[in-house]
Amino acid sequence: MTALLDLKEIRTGYGAGPDILHGISLTVEAGRSYCIIGPNGAGKSTLLKLVCGILKPRSGEVLSNGNSVGGLRPDQLLALGISYVPQERTVFPTMTVRENLYMGAYSVEDKDLVEERMDRVLTLFPILDERRSQIAGTLSGGEQQMVTLGRALMVDPKLMMIDEPSLGLAPQVADQIFGTIRQLSQSDTTILLVEQNAQRGLESVDWGIVLDLGAKSFEGPAEGILDDTRIRELYLGTRVSSRGEVEG
Amino acid sequence: MTALLETRGLNKAYGGLHAVRNCSITVREGSITSLIGPNGAGKTTAFDVINGVVSADSGTVIFSGADVTGFFPHKLTRMGMSRTFQITRDLRDMTVLENMVVGSPAHGLRGLIGSKIQLSERERAMELLDFVGITQLADTAANKLSYGQKKLLEFASVLMSDPKLILLDEPAGGVNPALLERIVDRVAALNRSGITFLLVEHKMDMVMQLSDWVIVMAHGEVLAEGTPAEIQGNDIVLDAYLGRA
Repeated sequence: MTALLDLKEIRTGYGAGPDILHGISLTVEAGRSYCIIGPNGAGKSTLLKLVCGILKPRSGEVLSNGNSVGGLRPDQLLALGISYVPQERTVFPTMTVRENLYMGAYSVEDKDLVEERMDRVLTLFPILDERRSQIAGTLSGGEQQMVTLGRALMVDPKLMMIDEPSLGLAPQVADQIFGTIRQLSQSDTTILLVEQNAQRGLESVDWGIVLDLGAKSFEGPAEGILDDTRIRELYLGTRVSSRGEVEG
Repeated sequence: MTALLETRGLNKAYGGLHAVRNCSITVREGSITSLIGPNGAGKTTAFDVINGVVSADSGTVIFSGADVTGFFPHKLTRMGMSRTFQITRDLRDMTVLENMVVGSPAHGLRGLIGSKIQLSERERAMELLDFVGITQLADTAANKLSYGQKKLLEFASVLMSDPKLILLDEPAGGVNPALLERIVDRVAALNRSGITFLLVEHKMDMVMQLSDWVIVMAHGEVLAEGTPAEIQGNDIVLDAYLGRA
């Protein structure tokens, strides 16, 4: 079986700057949900930007279902079912909730299909249904996050990448968002989540991938991955002795 | 050892967000002290308050034994406290050398506009550019530098004011490994010559190897402090990074 997404030794970075991803390889299988964790600067968000086409690979291969998709534009990737929810909550502030959701389906020509998906999204987010005519800029942070998630779902993506959905949200609101992601991860959409809050992110998915310094460190079932002894070194640095020397 | 910098009960809120909460820290003279913590812990806000970029809602900042709460950055610079920023600023039409002299409190912008760069200033600037390894760029426009070179320039320019304390905000961010090594080496050398550092940085290997003392913040508060080895062994600190309550 070919993987939904297969990255092979990808290197990339921003502008003329140094590589952020240093030859990363990883595989995303359909029907499984993933959370990418790792310390600051590990390359988590950069990885999502690469897969959605905002960043082009400097070298290496990006395969989706066996086809090379590296270097395609975001709209071309969207047509292949790869959608992306960026870290910055980007609702169209002067549009209503419904209009925002319709914007997510701008590439879908079948009007009946759009309405069908609209119904699905509003069922998934009852609060958005209640507020469907409200101007999105007046929503709370959590509700705006739901709009961005709902908007990404309007293309019925095969792969949905979500960058730090809990950023800046109160804990209870973040709980709701993670609950929704958990729900989505059990649907046909494969979730690839990036989350600073490793514990909460991992609770919402099946599989954890740990990045460090732009490469994959290790991966495994989401449950229990944080108990791996390698986690401490990754987050708190190579162990130093009490006299300040590097051990080992 | 005496405290060079001390904060007592600092608070700073942005709207409903309590960015820094009852923050009391001590930076001992001659130390390299690091301030770490997960994203959103309040580290940069703490820096902003200490450095006078923003004013605290309450609390006190004591530097060299004097209450400097609410002092503006330029005044603190004259007293010996300098700071670099996470995002390097560039004075685009100026050369690297001109940028260096603007950093000097003796002349500053007025000196630069009013007269030529004085010879002694120039010598000092060239010495410091040499110290960070970018003398060859002295006459290059600052906006032509790479990100890493801008970081080195900013680092060199804060040295123009002969600081006693340097606040370094993420010096390693976006810097390639070779430059990073140079920055680490220069910080250690300056520290040996008596300059105290307060460092905010996410690259943990750098933090743990350089620091004498590590202060951990989470949710605006000081969560723990200790030697690098103590902090690395502290489960509460690890849990804070992983989002475990």
